[in-house]
Amino acid sequence: MADKKTPILELKNVVSAYGRIKALKGISLKVFEGEIVTIIGANGAGKSTTLMTICNIINAVEGDIFYKGKRINNVGPQMLPSMGLCQVPEGRRIFPRLTVLENLDMGAFFRSDTANMKDDIERVFELFPKLRERRKQLGGTLSGGEQQMLAMGRALMSRPKVLLLDEPSMGLAPLLVQQIFDIIKMINSQGVTVVLVEQNANLALQAAQRGYVLETGNVVMEDEAHKLLTNPDIRKAYLGE
Amino acid sequence: MTTQESKKLWMACGVGLIWFLILLWPLLGIQPEGLEFGKTFKVFGYIAVAAVFIMFFYQIKEAGHLDAVGDPIVSAKGRFQELYEKTPRWILLSIVLGFAIVFPLVTGRYAHDVSISVLIYICLGLGLNIVVGLAGLLDLGYIAFYGVGAYTYALMSLHFGMSFWLCLPIAGVTAAVAGSIVGYPTLRMRGDYLAIVTLGFGEIVRLIFNNWMGLTNGPNGILSIPRPDIFGFELNKLWMLYYVILVIAVITIIAVYRLNFSRIGRAWEAIREDETAAELMGVNTFLLKLLAYAMGATFAGFAGAFFAARMRFVGPESFTFLESAMVLAMVVLGGMGSIPGVILGVLALVALPELFREFELYRMLVFGGTMTLMMLIRPAGIWPASRVGRRSEEAD
Repeated sequence: MADKKTPILELKNVVSAYGRIKALKGISLKVFEGEIVTIIGANGAGKSTTLMTICNIINAVEGDIFYKGKRINNVGPQMLPSMGLCQVPEGRRIFPRLTVLENLDMGAFFRSDTANMKDDIERVFELFPKLRERRKQLGGTLSGGEQQMLAMGRALMSRPKVLLLDEPSMGLAPLLVQQIFDIIKMINSQGVTVVLVEQNANLALQAAQRGYVLETGNVVMEDEAHKLLTNPDIRKAYLGE
Repeated sequence: MTTQESKKLWMACGVGLIWFLILLWPLLGIQPEGLEFGKTFKVFGYIAVAAVFIMFFYQIKEAGHLDAVGDPIVSAKGRFQELYEKTPRWILLSIVLGFAIVFPLVTGRYAHDVSISVLIYICLGLGLNIVVGLAGLLDLGYIAFYGVGAYTYALMSLHFGMSFWLCLPIAGVTAAVAGSIVGYPTLRMRGDYLAIVTLGFGEIVRLIFNNWMGLTNGPNGILSIPRPDIFGFELNKLWMLYYVILVIAVITIIAVYRLNFSRIGRAWEAIREDETAAELMGVNTFLLKLLAYAMGATFAGFAGAFFAARMRFVGPESFTFLESAMVLAMVVLGGMGSIPGVILGVLALVALPELFREFELYRMLVFGGTMTLMMLIRPAGIWPASRVGRRSEEAD
């Protein structure tokens, strides 16, 4: 599937740094429309930095980032959701002292079509029925799994074309992780391209079509997910064999 | 209550009293003539007896012997709450407003004076509430904008003979400009660092007032500032000025209320909760933080212009750090982000010291004690911001 068309999101030799320490040392990757692409790697490999650089929270020092063929290196982070690029950051980062509904509203902050927003809230509630029960509760009082659902629901409120997910399984019980991954696949089947950063390489590779392996700021491997899943090196390094 | 719990309680009480004695003696016992013990033990004795009495009362209450007395009070409270929730909001508001309108007609000059400063601080508190309570930017130099507003009116009216009503919006604008000036370089800072920079800015503004002899007449201040007038009729009575600031305060309350429940208000809250997440959701944090500073400063500017007109004098010593701290204390004590909370906080901190006048020397001590106690009992403020479901899209 990764051929014919032009990619919806592309990174070309992107370098980014915290002060003088380079976190990404020239990353290139392509994401095609309709895919789930996963980025796996150990702690500190630069996975979250990659997503933060795409959203321009961290500036790329070198290289180009293209979204729908347009260079977005200098597009402010606040402009991206309205272009259809939305991130669920690591650690969920919901707004703890806003209610669940207000959190969801914030996801649609840039939108002015109030009528459609109601439908979208309904859709999010269908996807995450737990959130409907808790809609008037403050975000900070939700459990970890519910917060993850809220963070994803909030991102969906922006009607993203490309959804960047940073470690959605972090700190969740295995049963919940499975549930979250099922929902990710469901979101993808509704036409949303997903970039999935994960520590849980096994699950991520099972869900994704293609995968990138990051090691200390470099892409060391890139292949179709099922091939990575059976690759002996990968199994040794990331799947605990 | 078990015997063990009761023992623990009495232990805590005993330790507290001994600690109090250790603190009290150096305050009262060390005199120029030498050491003195009588007075310390007299005061300590009173307080110890009171503490023991309260402890006994508490134990009896916990044991359930007072339920017969307490139950009617609790149920009365419950009924009152019910009544409050049933009464439409506008009736309650018109009662409060009616009271505010009638107030100067039935009270004297002293009450007018206190109520005017309450209303000034309400404007200041609500303005600071935007910056601190909504946007979550700790501002320790807020009073500078009040000063900018006050000097704007003082200078405009003296040099150009402009009327109060024309100067009022100008004072708001100059304060907003000052707010943007302090806001701009601090936009990348958070928390403690921001607090220190704003503290510095507040001091810079005060020092400018103090040292720019040519413009502000330095520490001597500016005298004989004209009073406001309406169609040439000078408002020369205190109760007339009361109505002027009442109108300004009501406008401030309405404006802050509208802002609070608008998209902008929610974006401010999102920034307070998590700036990066807010940015990822499409909030222009740069612009909105600047707007928070500017809006907060505008209301301080209005209050400042009125202050200059009411005192007919401005001097740098009205705009010290202590004033910023007081306004901040009002916001925190009342309940950050809550409009009725801030108003109650202002009432508590302006009116309480007046009520405590009979304590004379110990007035500020009692005042400090009350504040400490308040924060221990109600850390979220007197009237915490409760907005669960209120701004939500569905009404059920």
